[in-house]
Amino acid sequence: MAKKFLSGNEAFAEGIRLARPQVISAYPITPQTIVVERLSEMVEDKSLESEFIHVESEHSALSCAMGASAVGARAFTATSSQGLLYMAEGLYYASGGRFPIVMMNANRSTALPWNIYGDQRDSLSQLDSGWIQSYAENAQEALDMALMSYYIAEHKDVSTPYMANLDGFVLTHTYEVVDVPEREQADRFLPKFTTDNKLDLENPRNLAFSAGPDHNYIFKYKEHEGLLNAAKVIDEAEEKFADIFGRRYTGLIETYKTEDAERIIITLGSISGLVKETVNKLREKDEKVGVVRIRYMRPFPGKEIAEAVKNASHIAVLEKDISFGNEGTVYTNVNSALHRFGADVRSSDYIGGLGGKNISSADIEDIFERIKNDDTEVRFLGIGGEEN
Amino acid sequence: MSINAKTLDKTEYFYGHKACAGCGGSLAVRIALKVLGKRSIAVLPAGCMSAVGFNFPQLCFGNNAIISTFAGTASMLTGVYAGLKAQGITDFQAVGFAGDGGTADIGLQALSGAIDRNDDILYICYDNEAYMNTGIQKSSLTPFGAKTTTTPAGKNIRGNLRQKKNMFEIAAAHDIPYAATASIGYINDFMAKVEKASKIRGTKYIHVIAPCPTGWGVASDQTVDIAKEVVDCGLWYLAEYENGSFKINRRPKEFSSVEEYIRRQGRFKHLNDEDIKVIIDSRDKKWEAIDKTYSLQ
Repeated sequence: MAKKFLSGNEAFAEGIRLARPQVISAYPITPQTIVVERLSEMVEDKSLESEFIHVESEHSALSCAMGASAVGARAFTATSSQGLLYMAEGLYYASGGRFPIVMMNANRSTALPWNIYGDQRDSLSQLDSGWIQSYAENAQEALDMALMSYYIAEHKDVSTPYMANLDGFVLTHTYEVVDVPEREQADRFLPKFTTDNKLDLENPRNLAFSAGPDHNYIFKYKEHEGLLNAAKVIDEAEEKFADIFGRRYTGLIETYKTEDAERIIITLGSISGLVKETVNKLREKDEKVGVVRIRYMRPFPGKEIAEAVKNASHIAVLEKDISFGNEGTVYTNVNSALHRFGADVRSSDYIGGLGGKNISSADIEDIFERIKNDDTEVRFLGIGGEEN
Repeated sequence: MSINAKTLDKTEYFYGHKACAGCGGSLAVRIALKVLGKRSIAVLPAGCMSAVGFNFPQLCFGNNAIISTFAGTASMLTGVYAGLKAQGITDFQAVGFAGDGGTADIGLQALSGAIDRNDDILYICYDNEAYMNTGIQKSSLTPFGAKTTTTPAGKNIRGNLRQKKNMFEIAAAHDIPYAATASIGYINDFMAKVEKASKIRGTKYIHVIAPCPTGWGVASDQTVDIAKEVVDCGLWYLAEYENGSFKINRRPKEFSSVEEYIRRQGRFKHLNDEDIKVIIDSRDKKWEAIDKTYSLQ
């Protein structure tokens, strides 16, 4: 392995290079653009052999990736924010067609008002589109997820597209020292893409068809099953990854000092690092606090979260998202899981970081302080919330 | 050109579908696939031909075929082409069949992108002059005066007020390697153009008039006849764009009657003599331009 100083975007592009996609459909959007720029350079210098397609929109980016996947080629695209929303029709289409495309999404706020900075409203608004959704914490994890994404998406029991999310700017544009695996190691990890779900010149097929109510219902059930199956394949991929690369990941969630924690923040993405640091600070003052980092929003780790927080007295979800008129979407998902899996814990929701607004360690300390009380509230950090 | 009614492939690749009786679009797809053969991969957007052909488990394409998103015919064709090329497979034809709405309205951006990249695909627009699958709504290829369910013919507005967009010249303006117009009324010409296009590398665009008896208000056994008449009366023309220049394949010395063509269709029933004069005038203006800029073949 070679150590390199890379931004999150560059690290992800390195992971994609190692995964050898056969078709890349590229369209620029800040803060994702660097990914497709790096990939174009890799194609130019022949460190990656791939058909690099300059599409004219995100809608076409995904449509092109589906065409490639439908003939059995490994396909990649990347987007962000408005681009993700513009291709939204294709998201449902790709998952319904069971095309295991990988797409990187640089999490960015959605207009209006226009804003190029990071929040997670773009991808979280698409949780129901049938894609696997991962959220990386740092550049190393971004690279490793890029490589693992195809293993998971293309697995026969899964056959589901994969959206790898990186926080805009905070992760996509921040440089870190990253271990870049050798090509030989990567090839040992990731098998070639093979599938029966393709147009085959020797055995012609009709794909992406219509299905009436009776059949449609069964196809949707199978799609749900495929996404649920991803959970065990993620474990399998991480096991194999650890064997080859020596880095071990923790499945759908990562827990940090939760064993004896009375108060736990549940969050996702790059903010997790700061929450962990704040936990360390508070632990020095003997406060029993911890973190659950959600690594995958789909399949959703409901059981894992409930298990991790069941002995706590209060949890807070910290998320860069709001389902207007209700609460944060992560909170909705978490609360449902706590109820379903019998974790008797009070919960609050903290909305922060919208449009790239900074979340400070003091904000996080404040959350831990507030949830000492029994209130269950939905609160915008630094602004306020509903009165309970 | 070698293909004619006698040498045409006897295999049916588009068979068992539930298109309306007399459907011009299904005839265009059926014949084009016979010309292109079994190694063609058809991409069809949401629209008439996908609605009638892909109802699981009754799937009626004998060759590989897939439905794309409505706007995504050309971009999915690109993916198919690039995906096979990346696997070292080159002996196939990626062919799109999209209607007038799927081409000239919602699919125009993706089509322009594909022509710009010069991807090796064949795009066939079967033009029935309205959104027929959803029940006859106006598209940008609906001709002046036509009554549709979104351009009603009433006291204040008499049908569609706009002229038909010229998709053939729009495709040509990209300096595409090959573009052509055709009509299912002149089926040998259409077959020859599909065959010719299949042998040219890069993007090819064929725009074929394919009447819809349901939407046009003609009897279902009149499809081919009226597709011929629209050419004979000069409201449609058979042409090609190749090597940077236009050529007209058929220059009628005398046009047949526009009025007769108009009067036999339900969609134009409300038009008066003045409206028909508008149609004739615009035809003459177009032919004046054709005679100036297109070479005779």
